[in-house]
Amino acid sequence: MNLTLKIWRQKNATSKGRFVTYKVNDISTSSSFLEMMDVLNESLVMKGEDPVAFDHDCREGICGACSMYINGHPHGPDKAVTTCQLHMRKFSDGETIVIEPWRARPFPVLKDLIVDRSAFDKIIQAGGYISVNTGGIPDANAIPIPKVKADLSMDAAACIGCGACVAACKNASAMLFVSAKVSQFALLPQGRIEAAERVQAMVAEMDKQGFGNCTNTGACEAECPKEISISNIARMNREFLSAKVCAPKVKEMNEGGG
Amino acid sequence: MALAGLFLISFLVVHLSINLLLLFDDSRELFNIAAHFMGTNPVIQVFQIVLFGGIILHILLGIILQIQNWLARPTRYKVEGYSHTSFFSKFMIHTGAVILAFLVIHLFNFFFKAKFGELETVMIGNDSYEDMGILVIEKFKEFPYVIMYVVWLLFLGFHLDHAFHSALQSLGLNHSKYTPVAFGISRALAILIAGGFILIPVVIYITQ
Repeated sequence: MNLTLKIWRQKNATSKGRFVTYKVNDISTSSSFLEMMDVLNESLVMKGEDPVAFDHDCREGICGACSMYINGHPHGPDKAVTTCQLHMRKFSDGETIVIEPWRARPFPVLKDLIVDRSAFDKIIQAGGYISVNTGGIPDANAIPIPKVKADLSMDAAACIGCGACVAACKNASAMLFVSAKVSQFALLPQGRIEAAERVQAMVAEMDKQGFGNCTNTGACEAECPKEISISNIARMNREFLSAKVCAPKVKEMNEGGG
Repeated sequence: MALAGLFLISFLVVHLSINLLLLFDDSRELFNIAAHFMGTNPVIQVFQIVLFGGIILHILLGIILQIQNWLARPTRYKVEGYSHTSFFSKFMIHTGAVILAFLVIHLFNFFFKAKFGELETVMIGNDSYEDMGILVIEKFKEFPYVIMYVVWLLFLGFHLDHAFHSALQSLGLNHSKYTPVAFGISRALAILIAGGFILIPVVIYITQ
């Protein structure tokens, strides 16, 4: 199949970008979107031009590196897949495809289609973990956990942190990502210990990074390659409100002694 | 935002219930008694202040949130997203702005006249009441006003479509059993409140 690509080209973080149109020919319908990009880049290299920079790593939909906004959808038109899993058969011959980087103030463009997603790392550093002592591996069944809660936690943990939720949201809100990270811990007994501190710290960091606010439109859920549910956002709101209302001040908690 | 919104929904239900009295009672007595109660009861007077506070809070928070949201995406997409989501949820600030603009006119039409102006009085039993009903009926004999109110109330309906369930979600009140019901209630509130209010000018215009 032959395609016309309109791709955002930007030399570096400070330069002004623009769309450049490319033609690619004889693309196999069985190839993935990133393989199509590889074909384009090989032809650019052969011509002595700068290839299009884009993030990619595992190419099997679990690393969350690929991040293209394709024809108005993060990760393209297919549901519940990352760009690397998107097949070219989802497009028609002769189609024009517009490829943009994620657009959000906390995700500045570094080059072409690559954005800096370290804002997500900062949010995780603020509390997206549990504090455990090192030592022997605990017995897997020492703490009984209801199956339904374990499943919900696992569903939330499926988040690969790709940032499609931010890219899809009209407000560039990171609520789906943060709520998935809050939920995976909040649902399990091991995570409950630091739950009140965690949700407050992660939400504060999210706001500090400059993400927008959640207005419950549900675009994140519709575009998430891992189909993370916005019920996680409600859970985070619930955790956040109850932490703000009921939990002791963070200073007192750190001092200990109750 | 969510709490102020829920409070405003409760106000709309009360407002609509009283207004509908005009349609079920040609003598306007029930409506005038209710309007008199709302205008004079001391508890209601306190809630009137709370109501205006709620409206202002809802507007201010809405504007602040929207500015933050616009700032969060300084560069827009060339191809705007069209994810499969509820249509009206994307335009809350726009429908809200239209509602606010008409609200000012609405307050001048009725509220300020009732509060500060001189109204005709009617006798109900042995007591004298302000004839709020005739003010409404006279207004809705004019076709442009009827059109204006119908358009305004349609926008209110669009706004309410993303109101009740969204407020619950913001407050963290979701549940696999009850959240689908909340969506139904939200849609029903939008249709019943907007539809109920629209009925009043339309019926008055047709029958008078």
